[in-house]
Amino acid sequence: MTLDPEMAEIAKVFFQESREGLDVMESGLLSLDATADTENINTIFRAAHSIKGGSATFGFVEVADFTHGVETLLDQMRNGVRPVTPEAIQTLLQACDCLREMVAATEAEKPLDKDRIAALNADITHILGEPVHQAPTPGAHQGASDAGAVDNARPGIAALNQHSGWRIAFEPVADLLRVRNEPTRMFAELEGMGAFTARADVSRLPPLDELDPETCYLSWNIEIAGEIPRARLDEVFDWVDSRCRLEIVPIGDSAAAAAEPAGNAAPHPPGAASADARSAAAEAQRGPAIAAAPAQKAAGESGSIRVATEKVDNIINLVGELLITQSMLSGFADGIDPDDLDRLRQGLSQLARNTRELQESVMQIRMLPISFAFNRFPRIVHDLSRKLGKKVELKLSGEGTELDKTVLEKISDPLVHLVRNALDHGLESPDRRLAAGKQETGTIELAAFHEGGNIIIEVRDDGAGLNKPKILQKARERALIAADMDLSDEQIDNLIFMPGFSTAEQVSDVSGRGVGMDVVRRNINDLGGHVQISSKEGLGSTIRIRLPLTLAILDGQLVRVGKEVYVISLLAIVETIQVGRERVNTLAGRTEVFRLRDEYLPVIKLCDQFGVEPDSRSATDGLLVVVEADGKRAGVLVDELLAQQQVVIKSLESNFKPVSGIAGATILGDGTVALIIDVPDFIREAVKRSGAVNAHAA
Amino acid sequence: MSTAKAAAADKSATETSEQYLTFMLAGEEYGVDILRVQEIKGWDKVTRIPHTPDYVLGVINLRGAVVPILDLRRRFGLETIVFGPTTVVIVVRVMSGLTERTVGMVVDAVSEVYNVDAADTKPPPDVCGSVDTVFVKALATVEEKMLILLDIDRLIGNSIADGLAPGVAAA
Repeated sequence: MTLDPEMAEIAKVFFQESREGLDVMESGLLSLDATADTENINTIFRAAHSIKGGSATFGFVEVADFTHGVETLLDQMRNGVRPVTPEAIQTLLQACDCLREMVAATEAEKPLDKDRIAALNADITHILGEPVHQAPTPGAHQGASDAGAVDNARPGIAALNQHSGWRIAFEPVADLLRVRNEPTRMFAELEGMGAFTARADVSRLPPLDELDPETCYLSWNIEIAGEIPRARLDEVFDWVDSRCRLEIVPIGDSAAAAAEPAGNAAPHPPGAASADARSAAAEAQRGPAIAAAPAQKAAGESGSIRVATEKVDNIINLVGELLITQSMLSGFADGIDPDDLDRLRQGLSQLARNTRELQESVMQIRMLPISFAFNRFPRIVHDLSRKLGKKVELKLSGEGTELDKTVLEKISDPLVHLVRNALDHGLESPDRRLAAGKQETGTIELAAFHEGGNIIIEVRDDGAGLNKPKILQKARERALIAADMDLSDEQIDNLIFMPGFSTAEQVSDVSGRGVGMDVVRRNINDLGGHVQISSKEGLGSTIRIRLPLTLAILDGQLVRVGKEVYVISLLAIVETIQVGRERVNTLAGRTEVFRLRDEYLPVIKLCDQFGVEPDSRSATDGLLVVVEADGKRAGVLVDELLAQQQVVIKSLESNFKPVSGIAGATILGDGTVALIIDVPDFIREAVKRSGAVNAHAA
Repeated sequence: MSTAKAAAADKSATETSEQYLTFMLAGEEYGVDILRVQEIKGWDKVTRIPHTPDYVLGVINLRGAVVPILDLRRRFGLETIVFGPTTVVIVVRVMSGLTERTVGMVVDAVSEVYNVDAADTKPPPDVCGSVDTVFVKALATVEEKMLILLDIDRLIGNSIADGLAPGVAAA
């Protein structure tokens, strides 16, 4: 199916909306497990209906037909005709998956998985208790299956009617064409349904010299013959119903319908006698249901706008500039005529406040609630617990906590991994839980909250906890730690983040292949975050992820070495100390180490690493900034600590290339560029380098 | 850029000719395609970048963008001089791989804008002064002078890629 470029553009929106709709359906279906409340089914139904309507509009016949079956089933559930069974929910969930694939395939213009569609269609039809029939094609939408599927989604629209035809009065608002609706396209679709006649009302047409080609002056009276379900007509007008006056009446029934007062029992339209009485009654209660109501917002609509990330990034850049200008001006203020100084200072402080506020609100655009990542979990846990035969309750909290879109996207996969692990390894099977005197149903909690300038995400389970002796044994077996090393409980727990570590007794297809936790940790570290696990035997484990709010701005500590200024992320800094001579020792005559409480840390001289001329090369003269990354600590020798400030991260790569040990650059208040140190890489580099220096010591 | 363009407009351009901005480097005159030149600015302090070859002087803030500055003398292995009042940075746009980058080149002085007719250019000989001939697009004769027309995509692209190898960085 190829669409013209304009339609393709709109179709893109449809694909995106369909995916959102499917998410809504899925989360709705999952919560149906517990309660079969009508509002919930309604929400699911509406989502399905929009997908059906949209796909039909774009001519994605397979998607529309498939959704049609789903919609029918949902409608029956909603009306209480069909019980909500776990099997039906499972089938519907599978249908969601299938639809998601169909949407993806349609978007990519790839062939659909016809067998799967047919199989699921058969399942649905089976549930519907009807003889298996081929997926209905447009124009053949009559028959029993339609009886329940007619559009009940929007109050104010009649239920089903089947009769000799419809009379439609269609009077669009003047700007119909400007919003890219095309009546002829709609008419073409109507024409496909039955004998179609349209008379245009040209009475509003102005003289030619006053005519604005983009204004719609016409209105139409349309008659269409044939037994066409009302829902099919509504679909055609679905896109324009807020932009027109629309009356749809069955032929031969217009007088009756129009005269019918609200709330009275409706005289059935011809042909409707066979219809579901419930629908007819519902129609009556809603009144004549003639003029189309403005499209009702589906429940759960977030009122959000779609903005291209690129545009937002642009604004963020600009605001960054503004901030720089402002700090540049503040710098000037120190050296001008004292009389004007006060006024200037006042103005500047206002500018500072404005820019800060602007920056915050612009940053907000990029922020999304973490529910975008959390929403996948009910389904994952649902599927996985079935597969593993475990009983699990998933608790989510803090779904509204917002974080940067990029961080959000990158944290999803690690989170999935952690939750799977918790389910697979953490939680015990029901009988083991009972034997241990616990409730049969295990709990997995996903919580997100703010702490300081960070977001904390916790994955908690009330399972068996980590088996510390086993971890220790395994770590020793694999020589990950020295055989005689003494570790605290916390240190043992965190061994599971070492590369090549998995204690799963049985490798399942869920987890346990030994790649995993180290990847999780690396991904989180790449985001500038930190992950930690703590567990109590028999009581469960808690994995705590600390993430920065955003990747575009960093809380930095400015440090000076000689004439150069560098930025170190505050997240990486443990503390800053001045050490006495007695605490500094030399190893093998080269590497300096210093004692910090009970551990020895290497001294990394920033000046040597980056080849700059420092004030002093002695570890005792300067300051040691103790940094931590990947569980390694080191003291970085600098000459002076300067201010702490938020810096806007600029990429070095866009015009240059990645440089080891450098995460990026930023522009300081005086307009100069300062490099931001990539702490994990910096430490790695330093270790490598000290080896290299030792090797060709000259 | 605007002055360069204005100067260029005075000269009549023919169909086959291209305009080149020329600059001086150790007494030789080099040319770059003027359409690649974004601006010419005075030499200013740079922020040094570690682990890079010596001809990468550092980066500057060019209206919010972090732009690397290369010293062409060092790049070509010429003797270095103290930057003087005529020392300028020519900011050019180059294609490096699939991305366009903005890079500054430090040269001794800017010289002229010439129309160079394709007929007046010759392929570079195997030996071409101090410059590696892979970076030379052609030699041109204008007003009895020889211009060395540079292939800046290759020159800058290579210069940036060179530093990628850790061995070079450590040297």
